[in-house]
Amino acid sequence: MAEPKTKYDRQLRIWGEQGQAALEKASICLLNCGPTGSETLKNLVLGGVGSITVVDGCKVEVSDLGNNYFVDESCVGQSKAKCVCTFLQELNDAVKAKFIEESPEALIETNPSFFSEFTLVVATQLVEDTMVKLDRICRDANVMLVFARSYGLTGLVRNSVKEHTVIESKPDHFLDDLRLNNPWPQLRSFAETIDLDTSDPVVHKHTPYVIILVKLAEEWAKSHSGSLPSSRDEKKQFKVEDVELIKARMVAMDEDNYKEAMEASFKLFAPRGISSEVQKIINDSCAEVDSGSSDFWVIVAALKEFIANEGEGEAPLEGSIPDMTSSTELYVNLQKIYQAKAEADFLAVERRVRDILKRIGRDPYSITKANIKSVCKNARKLRVCRYRSIEDEFSTPVQAELQKCLTDEEYSYATGFYILLRAVDRFAANYNSFPGQFDSGMDEDISRLKSIAVSLLGDVGCNGSSLIDDLISEMCRYGAAELHAVAALIGGIASQEVIKLITRQFVPMRGTFILNGIDHKSQLLLL
Amino acid sequence: MANSATQPSRTKDLEKLFHRPGPLVAATFEASSEMINDLKEYVKVLVVGAGGLGCELLKDLALSGFSNLDVIDMDRIEVTNLNRQFLFRVEDVGKPKAEVAAKRVMERISGVNITPHFCRIEDKPMEFYSDFSIIVLGLDSIEARSFINSVACGFLEYDSDDNPVPETVKPLVDGGTEGFKGHARVILPGITPCFECTIWLFPPQVKFPLCTLAETPRTAAHCIEYAHLIKWDEVHSGKSFDPDDPDHMQWVYTEAVKRAELFGIPGVTYSLTQGVVKNIIPAIASTNAIISAACALETMKIITGCSKTLSNYLTYNGVEGLHTKVTDFVRDKECPVCGPGVLIELDTSVTLRKFIDSLKDHPNLLLTRVSVRHRGTNLYMQAPPILEEQTRPFLDQPLFELMGKTRKDIVSVTGMAGKADNKQSCSRKLRIVFKGADGVADMDTAGGA
Ligand SMILES: [Zn+2]
Repeated sequence: MAEPKTKYDRQLRIWGEQGQAALEKASICLLNCGPTGSETLKNLVLGGVGSITVVDGCKVEVSDLGNNYFVDESCVGQSKAKCVCTFLQELNDAVKAKFIEESPEALIETNPSFFSEFTLVVATQLVEDTMVKLDRICRDANVMLVFARSYGLTGLVRNSVKEHTVIESKPDHFLDDLRLNNPWPQLRSFAETIDLDTSDPVVHKHTPYVIILVKLAEEWAKSHSGSLPSSRDEKKQFKVEDVELIKARMVAMDEDNYKEAMEASFKLFAPRGISSEVQKIINDSCAEVDSGSSDFWVIVAALKEFIANEGEGEAPLEGSIPDMTSSTELYVNLQKIYQAKAEADFLAVERRVRDILKRIGRDPYSITKANIKSVCKNARKLRVCRYRSIEDEFSTPVQAELQKCLTDEEYSYATGFYILLRAVDRFAANYNSFPGQFDSGMDEDISRLKSIAVSLLGDVGCNGSSLIDDLISEMCRYGAAELHAVAALIGGIASQEVIKLITRQFVPMRGTFILNGIDHKSQLLLL
Repeated sequence: MANSATQPSRTKDLEKLFHRPGPLVAATFEASSEMINDLKEYVKVLVVGAGGLGCELLKDLALSGFSNLDVIDMDRIEVTNLNRQFLFRVEDVGKPKAEVAAKRVMERISGVNITPHFCRIEDKPMEFYSDFSIIVLGLDSIEARSFINSVACGFLEYDSDDNPVPETVKPLVDGGTEGFKGHARVILPGITPCFECTIWLFPPQVKFPLCTLAETPRTAAHCIEYAHLIKWDEVHSGKSFDPDDPDHMQWVYTEAVKRAELFGIPGVTYSLTQGVVKNIIPAIASTNAIISAACALETMKIITGCSKTLSNYLTYNGVEGLHTKVTDFVRDKECPVCGPGVLIELDTSVTLRKFIDSLKDHPNLLLTRVSVRHRGTNLYMQAPPILEEQTRPFLDQPLFELMGKTRKDIVSVTGMAGKADNKQSCSRKLRIVFKGADGVADMDTAGGA
């Protein structure tokens, strides 16, 4: 057995020990283990999820050998769930793999409580009414649910969770939390100890740009009645003057710190206060906490109090600075000043968390320091995702959005596929087979699918819209084929969403992802 | 329809797309129940790389109707591959990736033949690459992509109107990932932009200035790179650093910790040391699966024509929600790799040796260690020694005569391109035009433009 830390090194660099621990605790249930399902699980087994349970009532047929990597010739006639489970287990013996030979539809009808034992259910290749039933069951049991479906050159992935909160959203590009236009007293007095006009050229070229900008902003404010520019014209003027000011301070052309200051001068205009996204979270009704509130919302409630009081409108300071040209000493000292402020902010939030916990009748130490610290560090990046129930989306989709996407030329295929993926299920309910599933009667299937699609558009209030005829023929050509490459793509996306949901890191997608496997102009529909 | 009605077919799902006509297919598509057979009979696919993408690609292609696959990779399996390279097991560590990957897929999927090549891509002759209908890339290095790109573009011929000759277009499908992000692209040399046309998409990695490392370190990475790039050489005179030797890595880590303590810099860990020194790109199974599947799907569509294809660059980003984007990049008409060729005017008297020398200083080429071929004939070969010896006498003959006294023709050259500290192998196409083909001798005129 390879040392797990080494085996998982490349992913630990992404989601860390904490993310890995969450994966190793998770138990995943898979419904239907065709290629879409087996490919989804493959990626999760490799990553080291705690346990998997494969549910499928079918026997392996010869046609499975052509699209599913997790069966082989020796499996024909045997339980598909058992065979796929056995081959998946080979990938990682740290995962507990189980199978249940039963049809998911039957399980949903007869044993809904079965699902409550799982962290997350991956439901593949289900038709519309089964999706609705399963969604209801999982919501009631607070089990996360991810739907995945492959169909010809199209397919979908849809997350369904009542509420998913993220602390470590780890966005790619995010403005550093430097407070250049609003320095706190310690940062200001540190800046005062540094003389920009020093005659020592070595010191001059090793003054970090954070200090340069804080000082220049102050100079500007002094000569403009004490405040930084606010109006658009003033800002424009400041930008010009500012760059000139910085340039004027340069004593040599090779002063990287002054070049960095010019490039970073836009950071002086980082908006003060909190973003509208954070505002929305602290104003959420869940932030009015009681004994039933989750730890996340208790900390958010404390955050809200902090912003209104000690924070003076700002979130806790993040406490880290980017690398910048500087002498080691100045950089390390600057770092310490940011860290000290972050620590002070954290302590204030922590006090408030403990008070709130007492107030709502919980053990004041039932939330760990580490957890509170993490929220403070990521306060500007918190995310709350809520998903409509499948039933609501299917019966009352957001009409304006659907209409807009249907007529958007770039994405009309993807949106058309969304409608048609629903239409083929109605077709199957009416005629006991999918359109084009058999070689005969193609023309009839096309016209039947078309009339079903038209009535479906009417049902969701898009009477005026129509679908491209070519797309309807194309959908019939697919004949419910589950192509391996499409299944691997859909399964890959589904597994990535599962990882984001379980680790509670990064941001899971909202809405429904519709694959357009023709030219890859796929679409995320927020319905 | 072949036998789908009576006998269950392995390829039931693929047949839906291959056997049936449709409105959104390629212009050349002919629905045919012989498609699977034709793929078996006539189509060979090369997968370059048997790593995170390569493993997925072999599986995906083998289950997309392709029976003849080759895979080339020079690496051996490491423990850190196992979280995503699903064809490998703990007991495979140390074995060649290409060989194990080929064996595993053939064991699982009957009727598929995969030939592994455990070697460097540069070690294969042009003929090797010309054998394939399409080349699919699962690589993590810019240099390797650039090399395969130049090989594929090397096969491209232009007609007298400077239009690409369709039979000489060797399609490439390229994928790449980093964490939750990735790209898939289709390169039809001469038609869509080649790797070199859009080289700006892959900016070179920024390195830390040495003076920062030596004088003003600020971050943990600075301390690590100091130990790795400066201190190692000071202490181990002459012995080169081997990133795969754990003792070497441990030494760098220990030195980095000492330096960090000296300067009061936090954050040096063993894991970060490895990451910085080896320039490790984080990688996960799901992203590799997504990108490989997109590449395999495009490969299937390009070869069979059963659907329109990606045009021509797909990006995927799953960091914040899910974003996919298709960009239709345009070709660089002046591209030295996929264009009609670099025009070089020569006097008829110029010898092959002078011609080769002139390529060294040509601003668009900067080629050294040059081998030259003309219409399938070796004019001069640097290696292997036996060929070098055979072709050496040609060096002092006029190129004009070696090329059969045609006034204007294409020669292909291979060699090392780039500046002194960053050379890489490549192949280039040159359009040679002879001035004054009536043959005025002037031995002082070196060739070149
Ligand atoms: Zn090009």
